[in-house]
Amino acid sequence: MVTKAKIETKNVNFYYGNKQALKNINVICAEHKVTALIGPSGCGKSTFIRTLNRMNDVIPSARVTGEILLDNENINQPRIDVVELRKKIGMVFQKPNPFPKSIFNNIAYGLRINGIKNKRNLEEIVENSLSEAALWNEVKDRLDDNAFSLSGGQQQRLCIARSLAIEPEVILFDEPCSAIDPVATAKIEDLIHKLKENYTVVIVTHNMQQAARISDYTAFMMLGELIEFDNTDKIFTNPSNKLTEDYITGRFG
Amino acid sequence: MERHLDEEFDQLKEKLLRMAALTEEAISLAITSLKERKENLAQQVLKQEEDIDVLDVELDKLCLTLLARHQPMAVDLRFLTSVLRISSELERIADQAVNIAQRSLELLKSPTLKPLIDIPRMAQLAKKMVKDAIDAFIQKDTELAKNVCERDDEVDDLNDQIFRELLTYMLQDPSSIKKAVDLILVGRHLERIADHATNISENVIYFVKGKTIKHHCEHI
Repeated sequence: MVTKAKIETKNVNFYYGNKQALKNINVICAEHKVTALIGPSGCGKSTFIRTLNRMNDVIPSARVTGEILLDNENINQPRIDVVELRKKIGMVFQKPNPFPKSIFNNIAYGLRINGIKNKRNLEEIVENSLSEAALWNEVKDRLDDNAFSLSGGQQQRLCIARSLAIEPEVILFDEPCSAIDPVATAKIEDLIHKLKENYTVVIVTHNMQQAARISDYTAFMMLGELIEFDNTDKIFTNPSNKLTEDYITGRFG
Repeated sequence: MERHLDEEFDQLKEKLLRMAALTEEAISLAITSLKERKENLAQQVLKQEEDIDVLDVELDKLCLTLLARHQPMAVDLRFLTSVLRISSELERIADQAVNIAQRSLELLKSPTLKPLIDIPRMAQLAKKMVKDAIDAFIQKDTELAKNVCERDDEVDDLNDQIFRELLTYMLQDPSSIKKAVDLILVGRHLERIADHATNISENVIYFVKGKTIKHHCEHI
């Protein structure tokens, strides 16, 4: 059912100390598609998305087993350089988290660290990233303003622009719209829809309608297990599993 | 805990059942008017159709409101789209009952051509198909729905038989043509009613199983 697999997980298990948070997760994130993860609170969807760019490494008691393949290479092994990995797999979080810097420097910061110093070059990438994140027209006259002067929705798009600047291949969204209003949400959704032309997108969302609107594939998780993974059309019109059915029709969760 | 949406769905079901009951009654009245030569029954069908139309509009409105307000998914979504389709099928069945009533009013103006046997039989079959299709929907009974689909052939055969018989009347006596054509049309209307009942049954299977079977009923 899936075209080319950009990310594929094989029997991924995740433990916080003795507590198992993910059980044998097998998911394929198709290239240039949007894959949504849904499920009740605590089902492991955020834990799962964080395994995809090794964000869980910072948790001392965390342990991951199984294979996480990015373009067929297992990234769940010590020799993988996580800094390089996270350049390829960008992430946008629940609450907008711009740096306490100017709008321009929010994007230029990562580029400078990566050795891009030329001013003209920086300006070009900043403009391109902001345009791609559908924010350029709103901020082009105030690039030196502090990023915190932007609205919540604009801050979130700035964070998306920041992750686009370093040219990732995959972008992970962990509930990107939960802290912003419906109009800004609609803008981010339109943006995600456009982003999949150039990137592979994985999104965790609490909002089922959002998953139904923007994703191509949907994974439903519960208590650390993957209950059902299928085309989004199928999941929301005729899911195969009773648990999925009960969750998406609001019978529990 | 019962969901708020379930209460709304119960209301929808209740309205749909009322619409179905009125529709079935309209078929009976139309055929009885024809068979027992009672004009007032045919007039009653014409009046009853207005009530059915009102219910059709009310159901449409309710379904659209629920779609907009609840954005239902999965089986809930299939339920609502099925109610929308089934109510419009019932509305068209009621239209066919009106067509029969009008033929009846026409036929009552002169003496009968022949005693009616096959038409009342066909009406009985078609009406039972409508009733069973609606029962199958309410009880989520796909076996019954499938059975309704299969019965459609029986009605088609009866229709062909009626046509052939009336053709011989017309060949023997051209003055019978007007009455015979009216009766052929009644057969045709009943045949359409059975088709609508089949459509309802196909919808039942879609609602319950999420499987589309229309246009190739035999591969259920």
